[in-house]
Amino acid sequence: MYTFSNKLKIASFILMAVGLLGIGAGFLSAPGTIEEAKAIVASHSDGHGDAHGAETTHHDAHGEEVGAHGKHDASHDEHLLHQLQNKPWAALYVAAFFFMMISLGVLAFYAIQRAAQAGWSPLLFRVMEGITSYLVPGGIIVFVILVLSVLHMNHLFVWMDADVVAHDHLLQGKKGFLNPTFFLIRAAIFLAGWILYREYSRKLSLKQDESNDDSNFKLNFRISAAFLVFYLISESMMSWDWIMSVDPHWFSTLFGWYVFASMFVSGITVIAMVTIYLKSKGHLTDVNDSHIHDLAKFMFGISVFWTYLWFSQFMLIWYSDIPEEVTYYVTRIQDYKLPFFGMIAMNFVFPLLLLMNSDFKRVNWFVIMAGVVILAGHYLDIFNMIMPSTVGDQWFIGIPEIGAVLFFAGLFIFWVFRALSKAPLQPKRNPFIEESRHFHY
Amino acid sequence: MASHYEAPIRKALVVGDKGYHDVTVDIAAPVEGRANKHWWIVFSIALIAFLWGLGCIIYTVSTGIGTWGLNKSVNWAWDITNFVWWVGIGHAGTLISAVLLLFRQKWRMAINRSAEAMTIFSVVQAGLFPIIHMGRPWLAYWVLPIPNQFGSLWVNFNSPLLWDVFAISTYLSVSLVFWWTGLLPDFAMLRDRAILPFQKKIYGLLSFGWSGRAKDWQRFEEVSLVLAGLATPLVLSVHTIVSFDFATSVIPGWHTTIFPPYFVAGAIFSGFAMVNTLLIIMRKVCHLEAYITVQHIELMNIVIMLTGSIVGCAYITELFMAWYSGVEYEQYAFLNRATGPYWWAYWSMMTCNVFSPQFMWFKKLRTSIMFSFFISIIVNIGMWFERFVIIVTSLHRDYLPSSWTMFSPTFVDIGIFIGTIGFFFVLFLLYARTFPVIAQAEVKSILKSSGEKYKKLRDSGKPLYQINGNTEVTETVTEEIVNETIEVDEKQVSALFDTIGVFDAETETADDLKKVKGIGPKMEVTLNEIGIYTFAQVGKMTEKEYDLLDSITGSFPGRAQRDDWAGQANKLNSNK
Repeated sequence: MYTFSNKLKIASFILMAVGLLGIGAGFLSAPGTIEEAKAIVASHSDGHGDAHGAETTHHDAHGEEVGAHGKHDASHDEHLLHQLQNKPWAALYVAAFFFMMISLGVLAFYAIQRAAQAGWSPLLFRVMEGITSYLVPGGIIVFVILVLSVLHMNHLFVWMDADVVAHDHLLQGKKGFLNPTFFLIRAAIFLAGWILYREYSRKLSLKQDESNDDSNFKLNFRISAAFLVFYLISESMMSWDWIMSVDPHWFSTLFGWYVFASMFVSGITVIAMVTIYLKSKGHLTDVNDSHIHDLAKFMFGISVFWTYLWFSQFMLIWYSDIPEEVTYYVTRIQDYKLPFFGMIAMNFVFPLLLLMNSDFKRVNWFVIMAGVVILAGHYLDIFNMIMPSTVGDQWFIGIPEIGAVLFFAGLFIFWVFRALSKAPLQPKRNPFIEESRHFHY
Repeated sequence: MASHYEAPIRKALVVGDKGYHDVTVDIAAPVEGRANKHWWIVFSIALIAFLWGLGCIIYTVSTGIGTWGLNKSVNWAWDITNFVWWVGIGHAGTLISAVLLLFRQKWRMAINRSAEAMTIFSVVQAGLFPIIHMGRPWLAYWVLPIPNQFGSLWVNFNSPLLWDVFAISTYLSVSLVFWWTGLLPDFAMLRDRAILPFQKKIYGLLSFGWSGRAKDWQRFEEVSLVLAGLATPLVLSVHTIVSFDFATSVIPGWHTTIFPPYFVAGAIFSGFAMVNTLLIIMRKVCHLEAYITVQHIELMNIVIMLTGSIVGCAYITELFMAWYSGVEYEQYAFLNRATGPYWWAYWSMMTCNVFSPQFMWFKKLRTSIMFSFFISIIVNIGMWFERFVIIVTSLHRDYLPSSWTMFSPTFVDIGIFIGTIGFFFVLFLLYARTFPVIAQAEVKSILKSSGEKYKKLRDSGKPLYQINGNTEVTETVTEEIVNETIEVDEKQVSALFDTIGVFDAETETADDLKKVKGIGPKMEVTLNEIGIYTFAQVGKMTEKEYDLLDSITGSFPGRAQRDDWAGQANKLNSNK
């Protein structure tokens, strides 16, 4: 039985407290008026001279608001104000989504292990269940942010603004899908489905330990297969809703699977990190280097898979060069050069080079180091998805962004390790547990 | 590799009372036996179809592409449909052998050999179509970026069609190497069992002189793993690049970013369906039910269900995004697919690919062999329609309504397609008669952990080596026979010497008979006791003498024949 050490608990509280300060600072420093916004931009840089000209071409979603040329300056300033007001919200949203996405990715991995009747992984089931426990608070926080968006507390989703839609032919066409009520209903269904499966599967998993037959195990197998069907559909739709629709004009059929790859690899990375941490504290004694090796292989393989999907989406849009689609990448390459290309280096080049060697995949601290790079890279991935259409070229990884990450990291650690301390770390009566203990590669 | 322990709830992968030798005998049987009437009938049909297709190809090449049903608007139809269909089928082989190897799925071992053979043969069919479509196939080498003498002509590196050339030829070569590597120990097994010197020679060449030493096995495992690592990205790349043929364009219905992974999923889907089609027949014809079990078919059905659902999800995503995009052209393309003049093709595709695999959720249905076969055929048809729908429905409504048209295939289109099916089956049937159709060396490696016989022994707490008890019994029996026969059958011995000649100790010197493979020191003593001392004597032995010898010595019946003592002895005699 694992006990949540005081040291870690205090660390998580400190993270949350520091994070809250950062988030608060972000909201407080957001401008309230156009004059303040202008002052912020002027004080920050002199390199923003070209931002003005780029504005109309880049942000076509917001660009629609731009009416006649005479009003241009005023609307640009207002636009700037909106972007700066969005900044703390976007920072909060990216971090909230990122940590929710980790536990959702782990949930998918867990369901796959169960449905595939994998023999190597049952020793790690409790770790996975611990991480997925964060889906409840994490999912609810994301949902609350979405509700606040619907209530116009922020301008993350421009299509929620009735004024914008009234002047936008394309958004009017999408009204059947992109309308606040249906949007929230969908979000509630997705979250309910995921949390329901998570809680039920966890219950069966614990019950199996005390039972004297395999009925709980078999039922768990069945519901996992059924869940994967639900997940296949809901994950795609969630990514269109929660991420793709911040650029409401833009569309890509691959988008859902691309987001999936991102959450899958982040989730697996966190499984490896938590497992290594617990091992270092003397728990999970039956987990050996081969298990870590397998997790690291998944980190490697899914990183390559993520790159494959990233490339497929990017290449096809770049090659066809259709204005409606290519604007997405034009914006990112012009205004987000460093995070955009940095993310590819962190999510592809680093894992490829670090985890290629099979011996390195068994060196625990090495896996942790690679994991840190991968997680940071996928945070940037989400950052690149949300920021360009919410804050435009006003992005910066500063106090609000880091604060939000720290806050959610603290909450994540607190919640996950609290859940881990609630049940024995090793399942007793899983029919594959012996296979998992004997596992060596 | 992985440990031998297996959870008791896992089902046996080799059913029946099969030991190591049974595996050898069962898998060598189709190669060593004769072809039956059914084989000849099917082979003849396939050959006729192939010849018919060959005729159509010759007609096309000599007359021109105008013999096909293509027109100005639909300028790509059956040719590229068939090409993509065959490439797709060619996916399951490498997926089974490479990806399932990396995932340590033991059930792959019963099916990987045939799946890889299928891969190679179907990639061959796929490759035919672009070559024929070139019109002047003798200039096919122009697609290679070779420094050329034709002026400034250079291949178009910007074209996905050229990427196809590289992707598919790389895939074909790696698949071939992978397949052949796995075949080496199995060819060696056939070589060691071959009776006729010719067969021995051929299988010896094919097995690259496999010796079965530990070093051979170590290298074998290493190279398998490296090739699996190389082949996995290749599996993805091939169909990804095939999908680029369409997706890089700006044609509504073709330009969609989901194409690469969705084409790969579709290819795995159709590949597994074809593996199911072939193996359900093969396990019956070749009596391999103990190795390709119902569980194997069930697992393949699950893969079909999974990939079918992924494909279905992609169809719906495309449909939804067409609406969501607000692009009128895109919206029309999909509306036209579902309700336009080709609605029947679209709904055939939907029924076959999305609805039919969902039956596999029911255990009763996915463990029914007849039903699995039926669904596998349905999926093959559905996946052909998928490509037809994507290609023809997007093209037949051109940007100018005056160019709107329909496509109707000519007998040449149909003939070439049928011909490739014939060619495919000709190759596959020949393979089934000459190759070990199951990776027996690999099956043996899991026999102790996953064979029913050993599972039962383990469950009942008996040691696994107890099976050897039987052979001990037979040995004592043979010894008795030896003693008896030598005394009793003087007549037989003299009959033996009539043909092989008597050894004259004064003029001749005794040869070291141990040099003949299969004759050990003990057997040499026995032979000497009978009166056989020289290679010349052994070299004169035929089947009749072998039988006589067997009845005299009684030990290792058939051994002399199998090892071809006479052939070996003659060679040794001439080298003396």
